[in-house]
Amino acid sequence: MSEPVKGISRDDVVHLAGLARIDLSEAELDHLASELPLILEHVASVQQAAGDDVPAMSHPVPVDNVFREDVVRPSLTPEEALAAAPASDQQRFLVPKILGES
Amino acid sequence: MSETETLVPFEEALTRYDPVMGLEIHIELNTATKMFCACPTEFGAEPNTQVCPVCLALPGALPVVNAKAVESAIRMGLALNCDIAEWCRFARKNYFYPDMPKNFQTSQYDEPIAHDGFVEVEVDGETYRIEIERAHMEEDTGKALHVGGATGRIHGADFSLVDYNRAGIPLIEIVTRTIEVPPDKAPAVARAYVAYVRDLIGGLGVSDVRMDQGSLRADVNLSLKPKGSTVLGTRSETKNVNSFRSVERAVRFEISRHAGILDAGGKVVQETRHFQEDTGTTLPGREKSDADDYRYFPEPDLAPVSPSREWVEELRLTLPEPPAVRRARLQADWGFSDLDMRDTIGAGALDLIVETVEAGTTPQAAKKWWLGEMARRANETGEDLDSLGITPAQVAEIQALIDAGRINDKLARSVFDGVIAGEGTAEEVVVGRGLEVVSDDGALGAAVDRAIAGDPDAAQKVRDGNLGVAGALIGAVMKEMRGQADAGRVRELILEKLS
Amino acid sequence: MTERQLTRLSADEMARGLAAKEFTSVEVTQASLDRIASVDGDIHAFLHVDPEGALATAADVDDRRSNGEQLAHLAGVPIAVKDVLATKGMVTTCGSKILDGWIPPYDATVTAKIKAAGLPILGKTNMDEFAMGSSTEHSAYGPTRNPWDRTRIPGGSGGGSAAAVAAFEAPLAIGTDTGGSIRQPGALTGTVGVKPTYGGVSRYGLVAMASSLDQAGPVTRTVLDAALLHVLMGGHDPMDSTSIPAAVPGVVAAARRADVKGLRIGVVTELGGEGFQPGVRARFDEAVELLTGAGAEVVEVSIPSLEHALAAYYLILPSEASSNLAKFDAMRYGVRVAPAGVDDPSAEQVMASSRDAGFGDEVKRRIILGTYALSSGYYDAYYGSAQKVRTLLARDFAAAFEGVDVLVSPTSPTTAYPLGDKLDDPLAMYLGDVATIPANLVGIPGLSLPVGLADEDGLPVGLQFLAPQQADDRLYNAAAALERLLEDKWGAPMIARAPELEAAR
Repeated sequence: MSEPVKGISRDDVVHLAGLARIDLSEAELDHLASELPLILEHVASVQQAAGDDVPAMSHPVPVDNVFREDVVRPSLTPEEALAAAPASDQQRFLVPKILGES
Repeated sequence: MSETETLVPFEEALTRYDPVMGLEIHIELNTATKMFCACPTEFGAEPNTQVCPVCLALPGALPVVNAKAVESAIRMGLALNCDIAEWCRFARKNYFYPDMPKNFQTSQYDEPIAHDGFVEVEVDGETYRIEIERAHMEEDTGKALHVGGATGRIHGADFSLVDYNRAGIPLIEIVTRTIEVPPDKAPAVARAYVAYVRDLIGGLGVSDVRMDQGSLRADVNLSLKPKGSTVLGTRSETKNVNSFRSVERAVRFEISRHAGILDAGGKVVQETRHFQEDTGTTLPGREKSDADDYRYFPEPDLAPVSPSREWVEELRLTLPEPPAVRRARLQADWGFSDLDMRDTIGAGALDLIVETVEAGTTPQAAKKWWLGEMARRANETGEDLDSLGITPAQVAEIQALIDAGRINDKLARSVFDGVIAGEGTAEEVVVGRGLEVVSDDGALGAAVDRAIAGDPDAAQKVRDGNLGVAGALIGAVMKEMRGQADAGRVRELILEKLS
Repeated sequence: MTERQLTRLSADEMARGLAAKEFTSVEVTQASLDRIASVDGDIHAFLHVDPEGALATAADVDDRRSNGEQLAHLAGVPIAVKDVLATKGMVTTCGSKILDGWIPPYDATVTAKIKAAGLPILGKTNMDEFAMGSSTEHSAYGPTRNPWDRTRIPGGSGGGSAAAVAAFEAPLAIGTDTGGSIRQPGALTGTVGVKPTYGGVSRYGLVAMASSLDQAGPVTRTVLDAALLHVLMGGHDPMDSTSIPAAVPGVVAAARRADVKGLRIGVVTELGGEGFQPGVRARFDEAVELLTGAGAEVVEVSIPSLEHALAAYYLILPSEASSNLAKFDAMRYGVRVAPAGVDDPSAEQVMASSRDAGFGDEVKRRIILGTYALSSGYYDAYYGSAQKVRTLLARDFAAAFEGVDVLVSPTSPTTAYPLGDKLDDPLAMYLGDVATIPANLVGIPGLSLPVGLADEDGLPVGLQFLAPQQADDRLYNAAAALERLLEDKWGAPMIARAPELEAAR
């Protein structure tokens, strides 16, 4: 288990906003930079709650092996698929230019 | 920056550095439906016709795992000699990209379905063991078409058009541990490994394994360490490697490029690079940085997968013969020498010869065509043997025409041309091009008479028992018949008449 | 029967009246629509009302009934649906600007079941944006007001569904509950709210906030109505991998049984002390006494790891939400907003500016917090540790349920507070969820029942029953018994004491 972590700087918030793809304003960054440390202080107690021997629970109701047969069902029509698109062209979703590749 | 770097010749680079490779292969499964939804997976369908709320990531939609994909993953894992996890989960890999509808990829992180396997590949008679770290299940992304700009490539595009038909198609990613082999063998071993995996997975029937269509994609990770050092260098990750030959070339190029940077005292940038088929070089893509933080966590929307041992053993029984065993069996059946076999495998002709033999041709004749005439054509055009436009059944049909004495080897080449050009079946090409050999003894006999009359010296020498000179007379007859004669029969007629 | 009388019927009474042809579905649906037209300008329980669609369904059900067709028990009874469930052809916004005007091309499984059973859908109810909040003040379309006191919050995130039912705008509503969003508004508006066992009701088409915590459930005025709706909406769904492959527990029979004799009831020690309003405490204690008087064996039970539950919840929820909400990038749907002052912006820039413009403060706060909790170097300390707390809690609850059949606590530490009171103090608002979040963390069912009005402010108080996973029927049995005991004591249902909204206009 890693060391208890505390503190979150304004630069951290800028970095997190980048990861979360939210173009936060300066005022929002200031606000979150002052608020998040308080929230983190309140949730930090979880770090001391359980030992290494306690397994983490990702699913509250244990059900394994939920599969679907490999049988095709109808898709949406392209019109339905594109109906809510902010922009489309040539039966495709039109998005602004993409800078980097994945 | 990297465009101006100097390259160190491959052999020279190896005098100062040892390459360390890692290979990642993505296999697109040939399931009828996607990984997490029941949309079809047809290749080349009209854009956005194979999408639904799940694979478009519409608000509220939820994934359900395709049973067939899990089965295929387990069979692949077993074929790669992996252990199959008793219990594993999917995980979300979080990053934003417009071709990925959820802005996370549903993948597996520290709990792959298959792990700790190995395969053995052969290069120049030596066997190399490649350790498999893991094989895990994940999903493909959509495809973006970059519009505008000078090149139609991503850089300089004005906007992009996205088709999500491919989004959610099941992928299995196979990751090797680091591969360290004799430095000069590295490119060939990389190629042999990818070819081996292609054959192995193809034999399972779980994927089309077509590199040209992207159903098998190889990424080459490479770094260099100075001779004698144990410290690993910074690695590059080369994508867009679309043929076996390109795998080999990409390794060679990256070794030369890395050596150039290191020789100049520079630092290799950790980045994704793209292989350029036309030049055999790589160009930089996205730089990897500390900012890459995928925030993996177990996928709460999917149930864990815990394949029973009984199921795993059942699937093990469905595995085809391992490639090495199969090759040994075929070599014995066919009576091929080690060299024949090596050439066959090296040319990627094994399955083609198997199918040609199954269609009724002798192994020797099948080998003659695939490693001779077909290999020559493939070399000329730079294509793989299986994409020349001629099938094993067609080769068998042409050989049958030869065996029946209706055409000869030389005419057969013309028949191949016709078949490849789409003129019809071999039979139709023979008729259409008027290629049938003259087997009418009357017509042949007249031509033989003319040849004997035209070269009395040669005729006399044959009469005197110097049979080697008969070749000149046969040549004259074949010339007169414009090649459309059975040379064996012509020889017989000449010898009859001069005996 | 007058329109007023029609709107005050329980869903079960309405269903019986429809079956007996005492009135038609068109009549009851029109009565609900008229009530909405008359009071919802004030209450703002609805984001979208669909009179044409609702009346068309009602007319169809009436036709089918007159043709002698066999119909579902609740066929023809109008219902309101929280705006977090996908409704094909009907706008679905999740209370967010980023989904303004989004019309889903598909139905949530719950929506499909409602439609198949012939319940006219009145419209979509207001909620905190993406269900993030406990007051419905975080709706991008303005807050919902509490019908008991329109200067106060109705609770949240499902304040719209609870207020719609409390204000007699609908006899039934669908809610969703990630940390109390059905039960806490139930308590604050004097209505019944049930969070079923996780996996008991399909989440397909429920726009996810926190996948491992979200669960849809009934919002009603009586326990029996909740049971009837629970059966209708629940059951296994192959489209939801976390759906339990089993039949819905016998909740309707349990609601009719209503007998606590010999039932072992545990009062949770940790939920009721400091921070709990005296009036809440008093009504809770009286209710427990009534249960004891009816033959229940009441003991006190400790759940020690509750100490860490709130912290774990406020790490797990933002973490999962940060990932679930990544899909809102204005590329395939949603409102695209170009960044100001940028020529020819890239996809990355447009995503970032759309998400900034489209998400409200609470959503952004939780996304950033969740991004942090999952990020490399912090995962083990935060998300990983929080998931371990769930294991500890599950062990504590398992131990507790060895000794008792159900657990009880006040649903909310306080009654409804004034609008704006805690808007700028997220931590204070989070504390109000202390009693409801444990059920979500461990996947057990919970039910909130109105148990009276607090002396200090005259506002509704709720009592929460908790039961083991898939023992939802125990909640209905105990709650129906207490409901009857309280009605006998008061001589009328508590909701009858709610203010006459029209008179107040």
